[in-house]
Amino acid sequence: MRKQTISEKFGELKERKEGALICYVMAGDPSAEATGKIVEALANGGADIIELGFPFSDPVADGPTIQAAGLRALAAGMDIQQYFGLVRDLDVLIPLVCMTYYNPVFRYGVEKFVEGAAEVGIGGLIIPDIPVEEAADLKSSCDKHGLDLIFLIAPTTTDERIRKILQRGSGFLYLVSRLGVTGTREDVSSSTKDLLSRVETKLPKAVGFGISTGRQAEEVRTAGADAVIVGSAFVKIIEEGKDVNGKLEALARELKSGILKAS
Amino acid sequence: MTETEVSESQTKGSYLNELAGSKTGKTTQVRGKYGKYGGRYVPEVLMPALEELEGGYERYKNDPEFLAELNRYLRDFAGRETPLYFARNLSKKYGLKIYLKREDLVHGGAHKLNNAMGQALLAKYMGKTRLIAETGAGQHGTATAMAGANLGFETVVYMGAKDIKRQQMNAYRMELMGTEVKAVHTGSKTLKDAINEAFRDWVTNIANTHYLIGSVVGPHPYPVIVRDFQSVIGREVKEQILEKEGRMPDSIVACAGGGSNAMGIFHPFVEDKEVKLIAVEAGGKALKCTGKAALHSACLCAGEEGILHGARTKVLQDKNGQILESESVSAGLDYSGVGPELAYLAESGRVTARYAIDDEAVAAFHELSRLEGIIPALESSHALAYLKKAAETGELGEIVVVNLSGRGDKDLETVLSLKRGV
Repeated sequence: MRKQTISEKFGELKERKEGALICYVMAGDPSAEATGKIVEALANGGADIIELGFPFSDPVADGPTIQAAGLRALAAGMDIQQYFGLVRDLDVLIPLVCMTYYNPVFRYGVEKFVEGAAEVGIGGLIIPDIPVEEAADLKSSCDKHGLDLIFLIAPTTTDERIRKILQRGSGFLYLVSRLGVTGTREDVSSSTKDLLSRVETKLPKAVGFGISTGRQAEEVRTAGADAVIVGSAFVKIIEEGKDVNGKLEALARELKSGILKAS
Repeated sequence: MTETEVSESQTKGSYLNELAGSKTGKTTQVRGKYGKYGGRYVPEVLMPALEELEGGYERYKNDPEFLAELNRYLRDFAGRETPLYFARNLSKKYGLKIYLKREDLVHGGAHKLNNAMGQALLAKYMGKTRLIAETGAGQHGTATAMAGANLGFETVVYMGAKDIKRQQMNAYRMELMGTEVKAVHTGSKTLKDAINEAFRDWVTNIANTHYLIGSVVGPHPYPVIVRDFQSVIGREVKEQILEKEGRMPDSIVACAGGGSNAMGIFHPFVEDKEVKLIAVEAGGKALKCTGKAALHSACLCAGEEGILHGARTKVLQDKNGQILESESVSAGLDYSGVGPELAYLAESGRVTARYAIDDEAVAAFHELSRLEGIIPALESSHALAYLKKAAETGELGEIVVVNLSGRGDKDLETVLSLKRGV
């Protein structure tokens, strides 16, 4: 069945004045079969969009939790063919976003990768190590095949760069809430608010990096985010390996209700 | 700085004359690009820092005060200029005139300090208070520790846990100079993982921290900055060889991992087309790959186009674009990528890429020790090993300069354990 596009999803949420929950997990961690169940559990818990990581051996933007997940997925044999097969078979209607690094895409062939991703129902791409300046090839392939190319904006991003990014980005904008790599943290940074106010766009603004509790999700939503992105907290549950799907669903539910409280 | 000091540093090989008039970016068509190679493939959070660094470098690379101070450090602290030594016995054996550029005599025992001192001073001028660096064998970490201690930086060096085990003395050396050595336990626990970890630190501490990359790798402007600071090697060679031989050498041979000593000695000769430039990579056990790892580190000879650590270049990767672990008896060449400019020069044919395997490098290590009384680093031994191969084919011409990029004291344990067969 056809999955919703990212803009359809945000359109629907906007009508209900509701913030989105975006959940990240690594495909193939601990196995391709397990990932199918994991995605269903997150969707049941209230995830509005799933970011499905494709593993890379040298993930410079990720912290130890997600790096370890990537290595587990690679050890379990995850490759691009398997990834596409996994996505094709996923039994969810919500949008799926592929997050990976540029080298696997480049090696596979940018055009071929984007075409394959669109074919199996991926709605968008996040490649954290490709800044706007280097993204021309990727952007034209994404435009051709109807995929959103989602860019990150960091607290260090200058206003001039924000303008450049806004010209090229689609789907939503991924605002990095604080300096550093992915991973859970105690407090939601005050720089989140500054960043949200500095980015003026019609595109939905999603805030990620360091969010792990319903309360933090509520704070981020209250600060003006259209969506909250959570990754490492889910990946940790998968790493621990106990009652995984139950815990994932419960955490998704906690986060989503935090978002709803703020809405 | 007094007038005398300034004019004193305007001696030969001097940065004051040369870097100011440097032909920076001669092979660069687009900013930071070498043909299709190079560029800046990094997380958005680093982009402003790279732009700041580029601006800082542009500002100070021609600044007389900066250059005079750097010259003074290179002369009085690092011990430049280094000799160009005619290796009589080696020459006799191979029937060539072989000169060794003695970078092994630079303070710290390798060419690494040329770049570390340059970048540390640049960081100081830019107002940074903290230095971070990655290191494989420990040579670049040591150089950074020296520069950091001398200029009063808080210094942190990331080193793979596996490499710390292999190079304990180097790790201790850094600690003696007040550097914090952080063991990296992620991934393959070697140089590439240390680079990943240093990037992560930089992403988090960008305001006060300079990431002092040790080779001509990484995102723009690093390949340019490191090359320029290392080009003092080639500039000195040019003057020295003209003085000794009255002409250019026929060929220049340098080992290449990331490629900093190679780019440093090659760069001033790139436009001198009659000089053959040969980069010798680490062939490890053989130019083959298993499923998850390469048995070598020869990216120019056997790598494929990809993106690693912020640059498009030749990398060791599998068919899925996952980076392969590399292998070499020499930790300093043990890297899965190579500098983008070197990849470009090799592809365009200006630089000839060759390799030597572990056994050949170790044989050359022994040979130079016995023939000349100079114990070379295992890295540099790869360049020396190539002499033997090439002397038979005559491809080097009559006058050859070999970059003796480091001394071998750090490698004694490795060589001893090979001898014992463990």
